[in-house]
Amino acid sequence: MKLTVWTYEGPPHVGAMRVATAMKGLHYVLHAPQGDTYADLLFTMIERRDHRPPVTYTTFQARDLGADTAAIFQTACADAFERFAPDAIIVGASCTAELIQDDPAGLASALRLPVPVIPLELPSYQKKENWGAAETFYALVRRLADPGTRPADPEAARRTCNILGPTALGFRHRDDVVEVAAILERLGIEVNVTAPLGARPSDLTRIPAAGFNVVLYPEIADTAARWLERTFGQARTRTVPIGVGATTDFVHEVAALAGVDPAPALGGSRLPWWSRSVDSNYLTGKRVFIFGDATHAVAAARVCADELGFTIAGLGTYAREFAREVRAAATGYGIEALVTDDYLEVEAAIAALAPELVLGTQMERHIAKRLGIPCAVISAPVHVQDFPARHSPQMGFEGANVLFDTFVHPLTMGLEEHLLTMFRDDFEFHDAAGPSHLDAAPSPLAETSAASDAPILWHSEAEKELRKIPFFVRGKARRNTEQYAATRGLATISLETLYDAKAHFGR
Amino acid sequence: MRERGQREVFCGLTGIVWLHRKIQDAFFLVVGSRTCAHLLQSAAGVMIFAEPRFATAIIEERDLAGLADMNDELDAVVARLIARRPEIRLLFLVGSCPSEVIKLDLSRAAARLDAIHGPALRVLNYSGSGIETTFTEGEDACLSALAATLPSAAADAGPSLLVAGVLPDIVEDQFARLFAAMGIEAAFLPARRADAMPAIGRETRVLLAQPFLGNTARTLAERGATRIAAPFPFGAEGTTLWLRAAAEAMGVAPATFERATAPARRRAETALAARRAALAGKSIFFFPDSQLEPSLARFLAREMGMRPVEVGTPYLHREHLAEELALLPETTRLAEGQDVDRQLDRCRAAKPDLAVCGLGLANPLEAAGIRTKWAIELIFSPIHGYEQAADLADLFVRPLDRADRLAALEAAA
Repeated sequence: MKLTVWTYEGPPHVGAMRVATAMKGLHYVLHAPQGDTYADLLFTMIERRDHRPPVTYTTFQARDLGADTAAIFQTACADAFERFAPDAIIVGASCTAELIQDDPAGLASALRLPVPVIPLELPSYQKKENWGAAETFYALVRRLADPGTRPADPEAARRTCNILGPTALGFRHRDDVVEVAAILERLGIEVNVTAPLGARPSDLTRIPAAGFNVVLYPEIADTAARWLERTFGQARTRTVPIGVGATTDFVHEVAALAGVDPAPALGGSRLPWWSRSVDSNYLTGKRVFIFGDATHAVAAARVCADELGFTIAGLGTYAREFAREVRAAATGYGIEALVTDDYLEVEAAIAALAPELVLGTQMERHIAKRLGIPCAVISAPVHVQDFPARHSPQMGFEGANVLFDTFVHPLTMGLEEHLLTMFRDDFEFHDAAGPSHLDAAPSPLAETSAASDAPILWHSEAEKELRKIPFFVRGKARRNTEQYAATRGLATISLETLYDAKAHFGR
Repeated sequence: MRERGQREVFCGLTGIVWLHRKIQDAFFLVVGSRTCAHLLQSAAGVMIFAEPRFATAIIEERDLAGLADMNDELDAVVARLIARRPEIRLLFLVGSCPSEVIKLDLSRAAARLDAIHGPALRVLNYSGSGIETTFTEGEDACLSALAATLPSAAADAGPSLLVAGVLPDIVEDQFARLFAAMGIEAAFLPARRADAMPAIGRETRVLLAQPFLGNTARTLAERGATRIAAPFPFGAEGTTLWLRAAAEAMGVAPATFERATAPARRRAETALAARRAALAGKSIFFFPDSQLEPSLARFLAREMGMRPVEVGTPYLHREHLAEELALLPETTRLAEGQDVDRQLDRCRAAKPDLAVCGLGLANPLEAAGIRTKWAIELIFSPIHGYEQAADLADLFVRPLDRADRLAALEAAA
């Protein structure tokens, strides 16, 4: 058993729901107890969908346990087929139904429905949401992809591709698809099928007709794309186009796969100039902590290091399936990756590193708020405000513009930061005021001492001077000074010690 | 009518979200799956970050495979929890669908842990599983477990009044003041702290503040208490009838009752009158959610002039609801249980002015042109009593008001 307050991912059947809800003409019959319908509201509320997810739950109750639940499943399945007339059905069990050992696959096939019925095996006690989405998409592609649609002349199909991976409840999936499709159009590459988002089961049968696959989100599409590569020889892209550098690499990769000139799709982001302009000088070396799914975390780290001039103080993911990629990226920045799905561990890491900016999920936003650190969201899980009405991709050159604004806005603006330093203790620019765009007062948590077991006394004069340091670096200053004093065996910190430590640690 | 089929409802675990706010030194540990943890954070929204006093012990493959002794695992989880939160005085082990299906005996685990960590920490158990409980029935299961362990009243104790059901503190305080003005010192179940739970005995009169407390009422009756029959305290009329039933049971003189309640009742009636025009004549359709539906339909019909078309409820306790049902308009269709697709068909056919439903149905119904009111807000907002009567009405006025304000936008779209 594992003690859990917050979970970064839902159970695997929620991943299957994300695929089913993304598609049209597909229905999911889920063997699940009363109450599991709560997951509907993720789609109707957070993503603000105007239709119910295409999911029928058996919602069995205690009085049904025994032979009855199998019959309930069959009735639900038959009723769903009649009412919704889907082109294909997926069937499976949620965590509780997995325990009662009815066989959704056998029960559904006994109904002899005139459409494909695809069983899902989603081990709820081992795997999680993203794995469930990947497995569901793979099961659908494997069952429906028709080898007969494979082009007779592979060279003729070279300039067509599929876009794989976008789902319902995906962070900015809607707008990423628009950006990537625009890049492909500029390159003269035709999109054969985009899936699962917006696809019908009949579209999945045509997947083999394309020359290659664009894998937008490896967490969801990699399993299916690898299978397509093995089975039909369709190459898959390895670069996720988040950031200027990655998008440029992506354009070159795709152009090479399609045998076209990359030039028409290159350039067009404001990020390089915005980042070079003098107001961005103050961004140099800002220490950033990054956490999220593997794809977004690694991509954000590259943008931060190479395109904004930040220092990567911490990098991690909750997705164990992709820990290898994140570890490799972290090593490149000279740090060790944090791979955990326990948000208390993430909180401890952020508190210890005292970064100046946190990029993460909804949880890191709340952790950062508690610690009084600026924060931006780069990855699911996210709340309703991160399914915006406006166009806000993460991918492509427009995505890079969005990233620049998103990462920079929570930081104290250059001039504002300058004023805070210059007029420390000033009546208007005192620390309790905080940056004008953050309403929360900084939490004292950010200032806790480094070594609580060996208390070091601060002279009142030094303490007073410490208060003059802007709040967003004060916690680090306190810790550094105490660490400096401890290594020199000093029991008390004077004004001198404070400035000695400042000179020692530099920035 | 009674229906069986797919039910679009929450399970009883959801009750934790408001129960833990009420009992300030209690912790709720769900023994369940990742789905349970995911449900709690979805239902709790942002509240989960305020160091909440609930968590999930997620059952893993090794527990199911017998590689780990689940009781040892649970003991270790609880020890870790107590070390992290030493201020906790009352721990509820909350059963879920997975723990019930594998027949993990949480009542024995609770007794064992109570012996280990007691007396500083008391450990109780109840089930909030979806297979056994619907939404607010989780509170019923919790309070029922608590009721069984209440201290016994002294043999020579006189008649006492016990109000059962979680109420927001502000509402509880209002009721306590109203009873005090009648000369009654009312006790509340649950109390705000574990060591302040009320005593119970043969002279205890129980007034239910919520309609979903069937098991709690039975447990209290087994302890010798007597239930006071009354409609529930929604609106000026409901509150008056509820308070009067208690006053009569406690032997309060009518004049005293009148003196104690008149000012607040007049305030409520005035405030409601100002809102009646917005609701009068409008039809309303309730999907089943909390068991509050019949009481709310009664309030909206009698005090606001609305026309309840269908009143769905997940479960209808005919004895506890007898006084409510007598006040409901005869034309109202009562539906117990659910087959959600058929009920949606009926709702679309009825084209009500307002549908009260869960968050999974609300936006799809709005998109289909039916105005909605999220049911869950009725559980999380203070709506009982005189001072909240108008707030309760406003919850139904707002979506209709919004439709009027956005009429031009609708036309443009």
